[in-house]
Amino acid sequence: MAIRSFLILFILFFFSSLNPILSLYEDQVGLVDWHQQYLGKVKQAVFHTHKTGRKRVVVSTEENVVALLDLRQGEIFWRHVLGSNDVIDGIDIALGKYVITLSSGGSILRAWNLPDGQMVWESSLRGPKHSKSLLLVPTNLKIEKDNIVIIFSNGRLNAVSCIDGEVLWEKDFEGESLEVQQVIQPPGSNLIYVVGFASSSLFEMYQINALNGELLKHESAAFSGGFLGEVSPVFSETVVALDSTGLILLTVSFQNGMISFQQTPISNLVKDSFGPAKIIPSSVTGIFAIKMNAVTIVIRVTDENKLEVVEKTNHETSISDALPVSEGQQAFALVQRAGPEIHLRVKLAHNWDDNLLKESVKMDQHRGLVHKIYINNYIRTDKSYGFRALIVMEDHSLLLLQQGEIVWSREDGLASIIDVTTSELPVERDGVSVAKVEHNLFEWLKGHMLKLKGTLMLASPQDIAAIQSMRLKNSEKSKMTRDHNGFRKLLIVLTRAGKLFALHTGDGHIVWSYLLQSLQKSKVCQHPIGLNLYKWQVPHHHAMDENPSVLVIGKCGPSSDAPGALSFVDTYTGKELSSLSLVHSVAQVIPLPYTDSTEQRLHLLIDADKHAHLYPKTPEAISIFERELSNIYWYSVEDDNGIIKGHALRGKCTGEVADEVCFDTRELWSIVFPSESEKIIATVTRKLNEVVHTQAKVIADQEVMYKYISRNLLFVATVALKGSGEIGSVTPEESWLVAYLIDTVTGRILHRVTHHGSQGPVHAVFSENWVVYHYFNLKAHRYEMSVIEIYDQSRADNKDVWKLVLGKHNLTSPISLYSRPDVITKSQSYFFTHSVKTIAVTSTTKGITSKQLLIGTIGDQVLALDKRFLDPRRTVNPTQAEKEEGIIPLTDSLPIIPQSYVTHALRVEGLRGIITVPAKLESTTLVFAHGVDLFFTQLAPSRTYDSLTDDFNYALLLITIVALVAAISLTWTLSERKELQENWR
Amino acid sequence: MAAVTPLLLLLLLSSAPSFSSGSRNAYNINGRVKIPQGLGLGTKGYALPGRMSNVKVLLNGGQNITFLRPDGYFSFHNIPAGTHLIEVSAIGYFFSPVRVDVSARNPGKVQAALTENRKGLSELVLEPLREEQYYEIREPFSIMSLLKSPMGLMVGFMLAVAFLMPKLVENMDPEEMRRAQEEMRSQGVPSLSSLLPGGAMN
Repeated sequence: MAIRSFLILFILFFFSSLNPILSLYEDQVGLVDWHQQYLGKVKQAVFHTHKTGRKRVVVSTEENVVALLDLRQGEIFWRHVLGSNDVIDGIDIALGKYVITLSSGGSILRAWNLPDGQMVWESSLRGPKHSKSLLLVPTNLKIEKDNIVIIFSNGRLNAVSCIDGEVLWEKDFEGESLEVQQVIQPPGSNLIYVVGFASSSLFEMYQINALNGELLKHESAAFSGGFLGEVSPVFSETVVALDSTGLILLTVSFQNGMISFQQTPISNLVKDSFGPAKIIPSSVTGIFAIKMNAVTIVIRVTDENKLEVVEKTNHETSISDALPVSEGQQAFALVQRAGPEIHLRVKLAHNWDDNLLKESVKMDQHRGLVHKIYINNYIRTDKSYGFRALIVMEDHSLLLLQQGEIVWSREDGLASIIDVTTSELPVERDGVSVAKVEHNLFEWLKGHMLKLKGTLMLASPQDIAAIQSMRLKNSEKSKMTRDHNGFRKLLIVLTRAGKLFALHTGDGHIVWSYLLQSLQKSKVCQHPIGLNLYKWQVPHHHAMDENPSVLVIGKCGPSSDAPGALSFVDTYTGKELSSLSLVHSVAQVIPLPYTDSTEQRLHLLIDADKHAHLYPKTPEAISIFERELSNIYWYSVEDDNGIIKGHALRGKCTGEVADEVCFDTRELWSIVFPSESEKIIATVTRKLNEVVHTQAKVIADQEVMYKYISRNLLFVATVALKGSGEIGSVTPEESWLVAYLIDTVTGRILHRVTHHGSQGPVHAVFSENWVVYHYFNLKAHRYEMSVIEIYDQSRADNKDVWKLVLGKHNLTSPISLYSRPDVITKSQSYFFTHSVKTIAVTSTTKGITSKQLLIGTIGDQVLALDKRFLDPRRTVNPTQAEKEEGIIPLTDSLPIIPQSYVTHALRVEGLRGIITVPAKLESTTLVFAHGVDLFFTQLAPSRTYDSLTDDFNYALLLITIVALVAAISLTWTLSERKELQENWR
Repeated sequence: MAAVTPLLLLLLLSSAPSFSSGSRNAYNINGRVKIPQGLGLGTKGYALPGRMSNVKVLLNGGQNITFLRPDGYFSFHNIPAGTHLIEVSAIGYFFSPVRVDVSARNPGKVQAALTENRKGLSELVLEPLREEQYYEIREPFSIMSLLKSPMGLMVGFMLAVAFLMPKLVENMDPEEMRRAQEEMRSQGVPSLSSLLPGGAMN
């Protein structure tokens, strides 16, 4: 008995001493996790290089980021991500120390301190009507030593003080149909010109005193041809516009208050016409460009307002803004892509024929065309001007060019990830050489001795630094081969720019990237959109020699009947295997659970006309598919009409052109929600690849409950029509939220629950037999999370062991969804503090490990919350048996434990999605969170019970063994001697 | 916790001129986030000044996002009347969301309450409820932790067997011990020494 208790104590000690960490120690940051910061596609850049100090550049991006970058390395000094509906309209630098941003359709103006990014002031601008937003920071305009910022937004012209954001004066432009196009401030004067169109054929010009907002002059002149699109200022009192047909260029001069038009048909300038033109506005004096289809024409305006074509090119050309260089001269840059190179030219505005700079830079094909260019000058040691250019490429990357070299590049396309999937790495084939092992063994021992020193507190500071760098630089984790535990994988991501990246899970480096031609703008497809990524081929059993590949699905344009496009990309090499332009649209993609002999997965694409198309289009795939034809069901959700429909297949397409892979569908059922009282706001299903270990759940008192596990369950949340708006717009009485569990094969509603006084947004996650959803409770004015668990009652009688032994159970009887399910549900609600952006759940290979919810909070952190906290069987006073089962006493709100933030002290700015992928090791799951930033880590929801942690000290183990052997031999000699002595006695 | 200096702050809930042609009035919500200096003692010894620039204030789950001015003030513009929720996101601190009622009938009147503990606020000054420590604190090295490790237990167990067991045997009655030894010999149970190499020679 005593020995037994001793043993128990021993085991207890043993387990308690295994690292009880769910969370991290500070020195473990970066061991298995990585964090990358991005910006998004740059839409404006302003250099700050006047002072002798650091060379910096301020950028604003399409992801609503404003950031300050180091011009030498491209590192981020600071960065702010504005709200998603706070779109940045313009940025500039004022007083040499403030970054000014205009956002939210010109209604919010903020100033940020340039060195540290602290917001200095914020002002709200209002106006009578919606209009274009323009930001102007004149350098020489002063009112009592105070620089001013001129903003035109919402039909009002404002002058704002740079120092505190006070509005100094404002002037409304109330004219009903007035559309202001440009605000021009001639340098060195106190005048502002506001030019625009009214009633489509009237050109209006206002001259305003910049110091007090007084209207000095207002002229208007009619032009019968009307106007089209934008205007480009060419001189301080001359602009260029297009007539409504887009065939005639108008030079509008308003010198001395006299408006005069000068018409120049484009056909006079260029012989062959290419259809209607579009003006590309530029700020360069005397130069502007027009674009007709794919042809770019650069036009110079002479002093007599004559137009002259200086360049006509078929290449996509980008023109930079004007850069003032010495003595009132302006320089600007043109950049074009030609094959593997890009050509950069810098010219003076008044001297087209000479180049200040002409460079060709080798550029990776997969960066695509140059979309934008910003230039800046510096003075070389020989007092001549040198230029550096910041360019934005088609794949959204940002590069700095200087002296014909790429100084740095940033892969900012990764800030806008659309979809993520994973791929295994190749298997290691060549044997590791012996010499390498020996070397490694020595290094390995040395490392562990160092570690031991660290644990025994004997290490010097240098040793500690060595230990830390050794842990971080572990070369194992970024190897390009598959590992035993399945930690090393490739994350394949599709970005909004239509580029595929493969990131290594070990350290996040880019293994390959590929700009998909099918998702690039072309003559056929003007606005391609990437949609999804699917695993196309995952070779494992009988196709080991094939490389895995992914399927990229895109479509042409935002409309629902736009034709689709498919690409197949090899994930080892990053090469496109083939691509297809589809004739049909892609409304829905269903990866089927069938694969052909080469392990290609069958995919069903449903088009807008409800026809199903099977891919791959091989006879083998068709024969597999036809066998399973009657087992394929799917559903579609029409949010706008409030209808959910179930579908099945009928047979080959009839009537149309004979297409082997086209199938007709039929509607099986439909659920129509009353449109006046319910609006669908969220639908969630289980992940297709989720593994459930066991259907049975043993609860207290040796009872068994059977989880109702079906792949065809759909969670739907609807809200009252009034409650579909923002928080604060409804009262609790007029808002409710209804949650449904629907079987998608039969259309049967298995469960329905109403939460009165609640509203969206709803974020939900469905796993195994439970669904957890997050919504807002208006009565308590707090967020709530609810859980619904669904159990199968028809198997509840299988508890009897004798029945199991005698075979009288129904466990092996086939399940049909058409038989009436006998289910019970259990649910409970808890308060949750934060707003939520997204929820995911951990997934492991065999589904044995307990689950954690991964909650992406509004603060862009990811919180891991044990599913046990969301157990509907929690009670205030659990019985002893329930406690043993692991039931936590009921609390009204869910705990937020800071140590369980998987992102620890980091933020995944602009968080959009969380993806979990099982590792091969059952206890571990890989987590990838993406937004503007990327974050990756490994999680062990029930601790790493199946492997030793990295912290395990092998040196200590060796020493223990040595000590034990020494002790054994010592005691043995002692006992020998004693025995000998006893024998002598 | 360091003493929090009471700071008189004002909450202005001013009605602003109507924004658009819409009939609804728009209001401003002004408030202040205050992170008491010294609360950061647990982490870095002081609250980093740069940290203030990374604080975000969110209205209604991210519908509007604003930042703090150097003195901690923030404002939301053009907010319709109704009940709103303000959240503060600051790395290292836990803030309770705040329920704010913007009343259309009597502008200027403010009602704000922390949703976590239902505490009413007389003015919109938001302070962290607690600090958030994201990392486990490594316990300093101690002999106990070494002994408690599996290796320590192994060594301890062995030592106990090697030195305590003979002691137990010694305390036994010699008669009884001889009898036990006889018994063991007769049963042929190998002794430890016979198991070891060379032990069989005896």
